[in-house]
Amino acid sequence: MSNATADSVEMRRWRKPPAIERPWLRYGLLVGTLVYLFFAVGSYDVNWGRVAEGLDRGWQFVKAFASPDFVSRKSDFIEGMTESIIMTITSTVVGILISIPIALGAASNLAPLPVYIFCRAIIALSRALHEIIVAILMVAIFGFGPLAGFITLSFATIGFLAKLLAEDIEAMDKSQAEAIQATGAGWLQWINYAVQPQVMPRLIGLSIYRLDINFRESAVLGLVGAGGIGATLNTAFDRYEFDTAAAIIITIIVIVMALEYLSSIIRARIQ
Amino acid sequence: MLKLTSLSKRYKTGDEALKQVSLEVPNGQVLGLIGPSGAGKSTLIRCINRLVEPTSGSVMLNDVELTQLGSRRLRKARRKIGMIFQEYALVERLSVMENVLSGRLGYVGFWSSWFRRFPQSDVTEAFRLLDRVGLAHMVDKRADELSGGQRQRVGIARALIQDPELLLVDEPTASLDPKTSRQIMRLICELCEERNLSAIINIHDVALARMFVQRIVGLQLGSIVYDGKPSDLDGSVLTQIYGEEDWEATIERVDDEDDDVETSIP
Repeated sequence: MSNATADSVEMRRWRKPPAIERPWLRYGLLVGTLVYLFFAVGSYDVNWGRVAEGLDRGWQFVKAFASPDFVSRKSDFIEGMTESIIMTITSTVVGILISIPIALGAASNLAPLPVYIFCRAIIALSRALHEIIVAILMVAIFGFGPLAGFITLSFATIGFLAKLLAEDIEAMDKSQAEAIQATGAGWLQWINYAVQPQVMPRLIGLSIYRLDINFRESAVLGLVGAGGIGATLNTAFDRYEFDTAAAIIITIIVIVMALEYLSSIIRARIQ
Repeated sequence: MLKLTSLSKRYKTGDEALKQVSLEVPNGQVLGLIGPSGAGKSTLIRCINRLVEPTSGSVMLNDVELTQLGSRRLRKARRKIGMIFQEYALVERLSVMENVLSGRLGYVGFWSSWFRRFPQSDVTEAFRLLDRVGLAHMVDKRADELSGGQRQRVGIARALIQDPELLLVDEPTASLDPKTSRQIMRLICELCEERNLSAIINIHDVALARMFVQRIVGLQLGSIVYDGKPSDLDGSVLTQIYGEEDWEATIERVDDEDDDVETSIP
């Protein structure tokens, strides 16, 4: 008797229950997805003649990386790079300075509801509009040049930094905040002593990350006329000067990698 | 003197955490507040300095009615109420000295606190208190480098530098080992005696409370069910506060270990 029980226990099988219980729905979704993908990919119109021609042009571009030309457009190159770096640094600093008060207002545990909604609306607006769209508008208002790029990047920095900083403030340890409140500290003192120490590492980390993003963006903004190295890059493409374009792209890659390395060092140091 | 009259608190969720609590604490008295989790101990002390807003009732501290104060005068009143927390609640990334000096925030202006330029008298007092709690060598250490007992000592110094008239102490020993717990309780009680301070200490450890405090108040479901001497706390009272349980060990342990404690402190 006991033997039989032991046997039946050993014989019990187990399979992970499927995520979708009804078989017709499970297989229906699978087949439906595959059929859709087949027709969706099929809807792309590929002109093989054009591709054959383009492959050659693409190869020219790739080949140019073997012989980048830093000198023949030297003055344009230096001017564009300088503009990009100035845009990057100024927009990051200004963006951070503006985003700190907005982040305080957008933290639900700090701000009263009307302030919260207002600040969240600014963040949402900044995040909804891509840099390129903002840059086109800014170029329309301020004309061609780095000023439009500077304002665009500052605006984009606000949405990025204020949102992530506000989320860090919302996740702060409540008891530390309570303890400083209990001493009779004023609101600004409370921010300075209870909130700031808790979110400072995150603020520094995000700021360096944003510096990196702003530099990359500054290279793209030139394509729509908002100044920086992107303008030089655009001109090089228009003239089919692939070796100059390659030199610019290589420089961008080197600078971005250097910033990446710097930020990893700094983020490891702050705690 | 602290006087609570019909103090009540109902949270937005509808939970009645305090029901018409009235209590008087004379100057210099150390009161232990015991009761099961959720009895309202934490709410009670937070209603005094209004970290939690009481729903109704009055809190009088030396003839100042705290429940009616506007935010500016509330901050002034809070300076006179020191608070010591469970899990210490030190600002972890500030140094020991900054944590202690944060107790003076209610007295100094924004810019001097921003640049950490506190009046020399405050700095002198901070050094004196750190010396008193045995941490004079830790001044520039960051708070998160300290052990639990050391952190709580910093917490005590932060509360005392406020020059308080009342101490609110929320589970000071909840995350400390038994020996450190006793040292911390002893330190708090000694300091209260030195300064003729009254204190309300929320505490889970009944045996520890009996060892150190002069008066015990038992809270259950937001109401006071016991108010008397620690020595009168017997099994039937504990059953009334906490519910049915065998209390023999809790009551006996106090007498057994008392001598041991005296000798174990360096």
